[in-house]
Amino acid sequence: MIEFRAVSKRFDDGTVAVDDLDLVVEAGTITVFVGPSGCGKTTSLRMINRMLDPTSGTVLVDGRDVLQVDPPRLRRGIGYVIQQAGLFPHRTVLDNVATVPLLSGWSKRDARARAAELLELVGLDGDMGRRYPVQLSGGQQQRVGVARALAADPPVLLMDEPFSAVDPVVREGLQDELLRLHAELGKTVVFVTHDIDEAVRIGEKVAVFRQGGVLAQYDRPAELLARPADDFVASFVGKDRGYRGLSFVDPAGIEVRGGATTRLGEPVSPSREWLLALDADERPRGWLPPGTSADGPLTEDLLVPGGSLYERGTAVRGALDSALSSPSGLGVVVEPTGRYAGVLRGAQVLDVIDRERAERG
Amino acid sequence: MFADLGKYLGNAGTRAQIADHLVEHVYLSLLPIVFAVLLAVPLGWACHRYRPLRGALIGVANVVYTVPSLALFVIIPAVAGTQILWPGNVIIALTVYTTALLIRPVAEALDAVPDHVVAAATAMGYRPLPRFLTVELPLAVPVLAAGVRVGSVSNISLVSVGAIIGSGGLGVLFTDGFSRRYLAPILVGIVLTLALALVVDLLLVALRRALTPWTRAQGVSVA
Ligand SMILES: Nc1ncnc2c1ncn2[C@@H]1O[C@H](COP(=O)(O)OP(=O)(O)O)[C@@H](O)[C@H]1O
Ligand SMILES: [Mg+2]
Repeated sequence: MIEFRAVSKRFDDGTVAVDDLDLVVEAGTITVFVGPSGCGKTTSLRMINRMLDPTSGTVLVDGRDVLQVDPPRLRRGIGYVIQQAGLFPHRTVLDNVATVPLLSGWSKRDARARAAELLELVGLDGDMGRRYPVQLSGGQQQRVGVARALAADPPVLLMDEPFSAVDPVVREGLQDELLRLHAELGKTVVFVTHDIDEAVRIGEKVAVFRQGGVLAQYDRPAELLARPADDFVASFVGKDRGYRGLSFVDPAGIEVRGGATTRLGEPVSPSREWLLALDADERPRGWLPPGTSADGPLTEDLLVPGGSLYERGTAVRGALDSALSSPSGLGVVVEPTGRYAGVLRGAQVLDVIDRERAERG
Repeated sequence: MFADLGKYLGNAGTRAQIADHLVEHVYLSLLPIVFAVLLAVPLGWACHRYRPLRGALIGVANVVYTVPSLALFVIIPAVAGTQILWPGNVIIALTVYTTALLIRPVAEALDAVPDHVVAAATAMGYRPLPRFLTVELPLAVPVLAAGVRVGSVSNISLVSVGAIIGSGGLGVLFTDGFSRRYLAPILVGIVLTLALALVVDLLLVALRRALTPWTRAQGVSVA
């Protein structure tokens, strides 16, 4: 557990970076600090591992005032990942990852063996270990950064905008990986970002900071989107927060119905409704518009591309999007394996949302 | 002329003397490099760390560098209180020169180590001295090595000047040749000085390559 008690930080030039912060990060959770640039997120994070010390107030890690602990010793028990990865350019990837075990007194051999395990854990090839950081892509460098931070198995992991410099597709992959790692390892993670989407995606709790280092709201993501504490938070979480809040609505109430389907390779007979075309593996391939006729069997070039697919059981946001993006107005539902499961209507999703709201009161 | 050279080198005693001068030349020119690196690293670090000190130290270094070598050889005994003909004077003088030459590049190389790399090292739990020795200094080696190469070549040529104040080294062959109006020792001195400079430079390049394998990894198969 990490606790900030009335913590303030004023720099020598008079800048107040953090103003009277009270906040508890529960052990084993991912907590995100989010807010516009310059609002004191990095400063708050760095007071946990004593890269900075508070001007007033107390930071406790596992009930212990961090000021009582020798900083290098404290830091070896707290993993730290930064935006540029900060890998040591003159050391191989393997030796980068072995850094903290070596500092903690492990033998070179044990440290390297551990480093190899961690490269595997973050999804990197063993061969990568022999490379130097310049020989890796940005996304790979970040993975190495995460592996290095985890090498000595610290109970706490601090991450300062770790994925901000990689492109959006890679970023999403890294976020998923982090969630998987977290589920597997159960670390206490404090994650800093300026991106509210990233914050609600990975945070179990999210602390929104505003200029001047003031904590504006500290809540679960669903609450943040549904009930922003003030105008600042409302505008920071964005205009489409209602839509994004659907990520947190329970999808159990959505009833999946059978739809009208056809198959690739079957004869085409004109129909009054849209037909969903499946392939031999029961996977949706696209929609056949009403009234389409053709002499031969059904081929892909007669189809209109489908919208997004909704995987059964995942967040309601995807269900609504599948309906909205579908040419037929029917959202296509698939099993986790990718096989066709049925269809849904946008109105059904809205009903589920209304019911949930009524239950919450 | 070749006959002269043959006659000069034909004498075993002369050859032994030349070998002695060569050995002397090596340590008179290279010991200062070692001392200068040992001095320039902490001084360069101080310039990198404490901005106000930087102007002062680099200013002094620049002034020192403009003092003619012969003058320095003569000033050192006066300042250090050593015997004027003691060979150590040359070592001290060249150490001062080489240190002056290396301070600025060392400071700049340390400046060039990215802040986020240093911050990451701190966050990993390095104490300041190990962090400096194993992270910051190794990253400054390419720049330091370039300075050392310049310094070693310049020292090898400056040691010859020291012969005028009797410090030994291959310069003795020049003073000897001039005083006897005899070309052979001068030729031998020139050839050996050049050869020494070349060999030392090649060794330094090899050393730098051995210390900085990562600088050659650039751009290999970015996947
Ligand atoms: N070393 C420093 N000296 C003076 N001001 C600083 C220093 N570090 C950060 N600040 C200021 O403190 C405020 C908060 O900075 P920071 O914690 O880095 O914000 P964030 O990470 O949220 O972008 C900013 O106004 C920044 O300019
Ligand atoms: Mg920041």
